[in-house]
Amino acid sequence: MSATSSVLPLPATGRVPLTLRFFAALDRKAWIALGIFLALALIVVPVLNLMVPPDSVFHVSAYAITLIGKIMCYALVAVAMDLIWGYGGILSLGHGLFFALGGYAFGMYLMRQIGRDGSYQSDLPDFMVFLDWKELPWFWLGSDSFGWAAFLVMAVPAVVAFVFGYFAFRSRIKGVYFSIITQALTYAAMLLFFRNETGFGGNNGFTDFKRVLDVPITAPETRLMLFALTAIALAATLVFSAWLVKSKFGRVLTAIRDAESRVMFIGYNPLWYKLTIWVISAVLCGIAGALYVPQVGIINPSEMSPANSIEIAIWVAVGGRGTLIGPVIGAFAVNLAKSWFTVSFPEYWLFFLGLLFIVVTLLLPQGLVGLWKKIISKKQGAQA
Amino acid sequence: MKKTLLTFLLCASTLSALAAPDPTLVRQLAADDNTDKIEAIQKLALTADPEAARILQAMADESLFLAGEQVFLFDGELARDAISGAEAEMPEDAESVTVNNRLRGELANALAALRLFDSDREVRLKAAGELQTNVSSGMAEILARARDQEQDAAIKPLLVLAHAQATLGDTDPAVRLAAVNALAAAASPAVRGLLLPLTDPSIEADAMVRDAAVQAMKSIERTLAWGDTLAGIFSGLSLGSILLLAALGLAITYGVMGIINMAHGELLMVGAYTAYVMQSLFRSYLPEWIDWYLPAAIPVAFFTAAAVGVLMERTVIRWLYGRTLETLLATWGLSLVLIQSARVIFGAQNVEVSNPSWMSGGVELLPNLILPWNRVIIIGFALFVLFLVWVLMNKTRLGMFVRAVTQNRPMAGCVGVPTSRIDTMAFALGAGIAGLGGVALSQISNVGPDMGQGYIVDSFMVVVVGGVGQLAGAVWAALGLGIFSKLLEGWAGAVIAKIAILVAIIIFIQKRPQGIFALKGRFADQ
Repeated sequence: MSATSSVLPLPATGRVPLTLRFFAALDRKAWIALGIFLALALIVVPVLNLMVPPDSVFHVSAYAITLIGKIMCYALVAVAMDLIWGYGGILSLGHGLFFALGGYAFGMYLMRQIGRDGSYQSDLPDFMVFLDWKELPWFWLGSDSFGWAAFLVMAVPAVVAFVFGYFAFRSRIKGVYFSIITQALTYAAMLLFFRNETGFGGNNGFTDFKRVLDVPITAPETRLMLFALTAIALAATLVFSAWLVKSKFGRVLTAIRDAESRVMFIGYNPLWYKLTIWVISAVLCGIAGALYVPQVGIINPSEMSPANSIEIAIWVAVGGRGTLIGPVIGAFAVNLAKSWFTVSFPEYWLFFLGLLFIVVTLLLPQGLVGLWKKIISKKQGAQA
Repeated sequence: MKKTLLTFLLCASTLSALAAPDPTLVRQLAADDNTDKIEAIQKLALTADPEAARILQAMADESLFLAGEQVFLFDGELARDAISGAEAEMPEDAESVTVNNRLRGELANALAALRLFDSDREVRLKAAGELQTNVSSGMAEILARARDQEQDAAIKPLLVLAHAQATLGDTDPAVRLAAVNALAAAASPAVRGLLLPLTDPSIEADAMVRDAAVQAMKSIERTLAWGDTLAGIFSGLSLGSILLLAALGLAITYGVMGIINMAHGELLMVGAYTAYVMQSLFRSYLPEWIDWYLPAAIPVAFFTAAAVGVLMERTVIRWLYGRTLETLLATWGLSLVLIQSARVIFGAQNVEVSNPSWMSGGVELLPNLILPWNRVIIIGFALFVLFLVWVLMNKTRLGMFVRAVTQNRPMAGCVGVPTSRIDTMAFALGAGIAGLGGVALSQISNVGPDMGQGYIVDSFMVVVVGGVGQLAGAVWAALGLGIFSKLLEGWAGAVIAKIAILVAIIIFIQKRPQGIFALKGRFADQ
């Protein structure tokens, strides 16, 4: 179980300012790659979408922007999953729950932004009128404020993850037990959200959004803005994660993954390390969910289905866990394949996905990144 | 029995001697006023004459006609005089005697009452059964007579109840009191509704009757509450037996071998589809044996699912021993492949698997406690499978080898146990048992490609709660979870019950991370 990434030596003496340590988190090549990625997402894509005429080969369609934006959200979830699985050794099958909670938290704000433009022309969201509710339930309080929604996007997954994680890690539930229980958790949450009385739109969830921050949500500019925000969030998460896994915290976490008992005997309490990374991972998922909902335009309880959560694991496994670029590559590879398959050969998609699970676990335990490294080292071996 | 028949025949002959339908009564059947018609119906019923029965039946079929003062029976071709039964010419202006719903009910009851004197026990039983609702006071006399004549132990209580219903509105308080006391013995929601007005002082003047009614209500409600509780426990047992069937295979593959098999639910699906295929085969080739497709499906499902299991173990799972998280992902992949295969082969829609005739219907223990045969049989089947697994694991050489490999693989290998073959066999066994579970499931739930997905979380919960490594835990956990969740469902609804169970399990695992029955000894903390 070795998942080492190249480590840049840190200055050995004294306390280095945080900013510098952030810079040290990535090596030169990685910073350049990140720069190119941001330049593409923030400048090139908007230009190609808005300035280049639709009939040109270089035109980037709105469909492509939504698709890539969606996949970037997935990539963000995959990085969050990698933090807990690749670096913490804890396989969560319930990350879809945190993603959906973030989505719902922001979706509440988007529902309120519809205002009186819904089909019932009421101040209340349509589904509440449909249920004959007269006023907003207490947990919708403040949902018309963007700031409060942004807070909830992070706070709700964090609180749920903290409470659940505290009890789970305290009694040292690990391995498959933990995976199964997280799966049960997201399954229970899905059942809860399917109920109309829960107050989140039941089966249909939230949809038909009109505005975000009083700007029409389907306008090309809004779409590009959301796209750019997602790209920034993904880049920031990568930098933050790179710093985190190279910090002392990250080292202890990896040590817990590889030999928990030994770390305990040395005098660390694994509970707080696991709990911290678990909560961070959940919050990142929440943010991804919040960015996902306005771009895709719908959130419903099926996002919490166990199958969705387990698919997140395969993105990470395909890319290569224990590396940070791996999950991003995996999320893009699997989801691009998914959109291609579901259009061209819908009946073969599940075969492909199922075989992917089998092949990756049997033949590519380190994922695509591991494969690439193997090829490189073979080449170097041949040259030497 | 012989004596019963004899008395009965005697009575029947005396009765028929009395009878030739009274012309005035027959004429009254066609009266303008419904009350008159009802009086005539009841009086005709009292004669217990087969001829009267024929006339009433004709009236119920709306083939009774009135022309002037003469009443005819007309079946569309042939007209007969209602009284003499002789063929007769019916005038053109004859009018059908109108029958409304109230009359229809009276006619049905009257006809049933006439059948109370039939010589066939089954006919009488059926008639008495029909006379349990909406019995009007006019029937009291005939019911009293039938009750006094009846010797059969199964029919008599029904007649007592019917008679009591008919006399509830009697003018004599003593008769009403007797009726209430008789009704107290019957614990059905309908009787409770009948007695309710009698507890009201403004309706029932007599205090004695009122008290008796209140007492009767109390005793009925007690019985009904019992019925509800027992029904809850029974459906809990039923759910528990299904969980047990789903989890038994898992108790072997996961509990004993430590393989986390996310495709376990799909092995259930394989079993259920096998039942479907067997049903189709029997329908096409052995239609006269169709009721036997289910017993035939049991061994076939076992071996089909076991074969799928061997394939899974040999191609995928074998390479992942000791890497549980990877096994989880790979078997999830297998489950997706199996689901999609089922979709391709059988279509995405649910297929129809019907109960054999001997599994439909149920046995009624209390008026509100009916045990459907299919549930009862599945509980029995679960016990049978449990016994089978117990024997296999504890009494056979294979079981001994499996236990040996579980406890200490290298040591078992050293003394000559073919460990790798045992792995395959044990996994096949677990898969085969899942197939058996699938056959049982096909009888009570939908059979479709996605059916397995719903059981996977539940069956893991059973194994996790029961504790890894042995079967007793799985049994207690399945029954406990089944009964607990059904009772919770009773007062909190299905979704809340499910969530409460999951929360309870998470809390439970806090206290007993190894399940109810923790393994003791060195390998307990692996």
